[in-house]
Amino acid sequence: MSNYAAAQSSRRNPVVAFAARWLLTTNHKEIGTLYLCLSFLLFFIAGAFAMGIRAELFQPGIQFIEPEFYNQLVTLHGLVMVFGVVMPAFVGLANWMIPMMVGAPDMALPRLNNFSFWILPFAFTILLSSLFMEGGAPNFGWTFYAPLSTTFGPPSTDFFIFGVHLMGISSVLGAINIIVTIFNMRTPGMTLMKMPMFVWTWLITAFLLIMVMPVLAGVVTMMLTDRHFGTSFFDASGGGDPVLFQHIFWFFGHPEVYIMILPGFGIASQIIPTFSRKKLFGYNSMVYATVSIAILSFVVWGHHMFTTGMPLFGELFFMYATMLIAVPTGVKVFNWVATMWRGSLTFETPMLFAIGFVALFTIGGFSGLMLAIVAADFQYHDTFFVVAHFHYVLYPGAIFSTMAAVYYWLPKWTGNMYDERLGKIHFWTAAIAVNLTFFPMHFTGLAGMPRRVVDYSLQFAEFNMLSSIGAGLLGLTQILFLYIVIKTIRGGPKASSQVWEGAEGLEWTVPSPAPHHTFETPPTLPADEPENTYGQVPATRDSQDF
Amino acid sequence: MFKPLTGGPARSVTSFANRLKSSLTPLILLLFSENSLAAGMDMRAGVTDMSRRILDLHHMSLWVCIIVGIIVFGVMFYTIFAHRRSRHPTPATFSHSTRAEILWTIIPALILVFMAIPATTALVDIEDNSKSDLTVLITASQWKWHYQYIEAGIGYYSRLATPQDQIYNRAPKGENYLLQVDKPLVLPTNKKVRFLMTSNDVIHSWWVPDFAVKQDAIPGYINEAWTRVNEPGVYRGQCTELCGMDHAFMPIVVEVQPEAEFDRWIADQRLAMALASETAVADRNKTWTMAELLPMGEEIFLQHCATCHQPDGLGQKGKYPALAASEITTGNITNHLDRVMNGKADTEMQAWAPQLTDLELAAVITYERNAWGNNIADLIQPMTVYQSR
Repeated sequence: MSNYAAAQSSRRNPVVAFAARWLLTTNHKEIGTLYLCLSFLLFFIAGAFAMGIRAELFQPGIQFIEPEFYNQLVTLHGLVMVFGVVMPAFVGLANWMIPMMVGAPDMALPRLNNFSFWILPFAFTILLSSLFMEGGAPNFGWTFYAPLSTTFGPPSTDFFIFGVHLMGISSVLGAINIIVTIFNMRTPGMTLMKMPMFVWTWLITAFLLIMVMPVLAGVVTMMLTDRHFGTSFFDASGGGDPVLFQHIFWFFGHPEVYIMILPGFGIASQIIPTFSRKKLFGYNSMVYATVSIAILSFVVWGHHMFTTGMPLFGELFFMYATMLIAVPTGVKVFNWVATMWRGSLTFETPMLFAIGFVALFTIGGFSGLMLAIVAADFQYHDTFFVVAHFHYVLYPGAIFSTMAAVYYWLPKWTGNMYDERLGKIHFWTAAIAVNLTFFPMHFTGLAGMPRRVVDYSLQFAEFNMLSSIGAGLLGLTQILFLYIVIKTIRGGPKASSQVWEGAEGLEWTVPSPAPHHTFETPPTLPADEPENTYGQVPATRDSQDF
Repeated sequence: MFKPLTGGPARSVTSFANRLKSSLTPLILLLFSENSLAAGMDMRAGVTDMSRRILDLHHMSLWVCIIVGIIVFGVMFYTIFAHRRSRHPTPATFSHSTRAEILWTIIPALILVFMAIPATTALVDIEDNSKSDLTVLITASQWKWHYQYIEAGIGYYSRLATPQDQIYNRAPKGENYLLQVDKPLVLPTNKKVRFLMTSNDVIHSWWVPDFAVKQDAIPGYINEAWTRVNEPGVYRGQCTELCGMDHAFMPIVVEVQPEAEFDRWIADQRLAMALASETAVADRNKTWTMAELLPMGEEIFLQHCATCHQPDGLGQKGKYPALAASEITTGNITNHLDRVMNGKADTEMQAWAPQLTDLELAAVITYERNAWGNNIADLIQPMTVYQSR
């Protein structure tokens, strides 16, 4: 008897039944929903931190936030956005979609799945509770460089360390589950090279997670022993090395950057073909490019450390390796554009977000290429130019792709269509606000504004004001997003099982909303079509409904 | 004596509307000009050969990105326009093209090689620290810089000079708000100056955009960088590595002088040092009264201690201890002296003995024991401080 059934049978008290259902669920769809809800909640919390940061930076001088608290906001904004928003959102999408895309009844390890999720609310409660502790929350930036975080860290640093350990455990367990599911539970006939791109990118992401999360766990453990058990890994006065911290952190940190973008690549690769009514261009090269990016991500960590006094040879190596990443990344962008080329395009909200993703992520890629040039990086490093760069790859990258995925699959999850008009308003306001917020940061950075400062000199005032106005607008648009999602959950025009006429894949063969259990027997893959026939014949996948 | 910021016209605070208008001026103009419009939007050209070379590198990679961007976005917008369903109802059926895929792998790779060549040669030259004329040891600590002229044997601290009233919006902000220090680093023109950088506490980073020098100051490390400045002037920068609470408030000001003037400055500094040690001897041989020490002590407290312990002596709960009614400031004066002179290990409480004179230490300790309701009514003489060194 499944936990779900157990919860159903124990419905003496509706509150107990509700709690038991969500606490004990092993159903991939419910766990996916839990991940997405947690991510959404934390998105608003970390977004509120960003609002605080931008309010303080609206004008020169200190208006609202004292320098010490400002550093805490900067730290928590980064940590929560990375570990609490982007990663759980992608894991939630993986939980919902991977079993349905490969024709599996559930994840391979359902109880483990429950455990990996329920670690997270505790991890983030611990992390966020540090705000209320004496001495305040962690204040050393999400990169927590030693010795600022070790010798000089506030007492709450230990809670931060424990929180990061928990997040790491959750991520590794989630990644194991995804790998096992993909390797063992694909429906007969679905070879690796027939998997949907979202599944491919997640498979690679899961390997990255397994390889680097233990490194993160290692570095925070070293911090812990430095702080309390007399070791001197990062303490120069004890024979340790503060730069060692950065090497270990960025050995985790750079693959982490790709962990936060590869599933987004997968999402774009699902959505763009659907609304272009054309197969994904260059499927094989997409797979190879993703694998190349993942492998290269392990040999470029040094580009975060060009100003630490790295020897010339090291700088050259990391510069060349980093520049090399532009090649597979370029292949992906060209392939997406080629997918659209001579298709039959429509621009529903998921497609708008996917195109916005490709265009704006490309801008982030460009500034990334510029940052790779070591000599010029001496001028860019740790300025707002870098802030602009990574927000361009993360906001329009990770966040836009997640939003595209939500609009794309929400009808499948809820059985209801979202409000297309509101969706389009959401996209356009978000797209304008993202650029208004982050584009001026290129200018302030180039003109010489360091990052993570609570106050700045007068020459940067105007662009900071623009950024802050953009950020306020960007925050407001996400309230609209919340409204759209809730409205869709509560009702709306009924969605067919196909939902989008151009969509391909097993998830569109099950009814909308997807029933609690799908693919209890493995589905049969549609025969390979020599060429696609969209536009010539009406889509009639509904006939394959279960 | 500060001359206006060189490397661009002195920037006054123009209205928001004016700046908005100028930021919307055509992109091409912005990208071509190095001095006028681009001053607030592009990388600074700076005043060294290296900074100009780096600007060229920056423009090269920027142009590569702009051209590739125009092509990619051009194709994208064309397909969005021309291949939308209303104009192009029947989609094509191709799904790969080996030739196109090989082309758009090889062409970017070639562009990268083309970019890597000047990037490599510039880097090799930057990393050549040999044959310097002058060495300055830069030691960072929370939140100030210490400059030591190795050859001349002089050294001093350089701290933010912007008043708190400007930061907290109680007074209008000056032209060089947050970018002014009490004592700038002084360098000669046309000499290869080698910087050695290290830190006493956390990692800081010394950056002067006009020199294109940015190097981390790391405890336990001595990093190297160099510059050769062509034009006299005052150049400003900031710490660029998050170093704790006052990271935003540790600016760098470098005054570059013609060689003869610089030599005179060095001689003056040596003379001043000699005078200071004479004054110090006189100060410690004098017996000071409470009335003399207290105002001096308050001034020093506000300048050096109030950031953490707060002007009201109440500190910041859980982070920086209160000095009002504290064990140290109201207890045995020897312990108090020891804490101020030698600091507390592994905290932001630094050793102040090397940073302040005997008289200053005596004054600030006396002040702490007799302010904010502390009423110990004892005082310490500079001679006692001197004997404890």
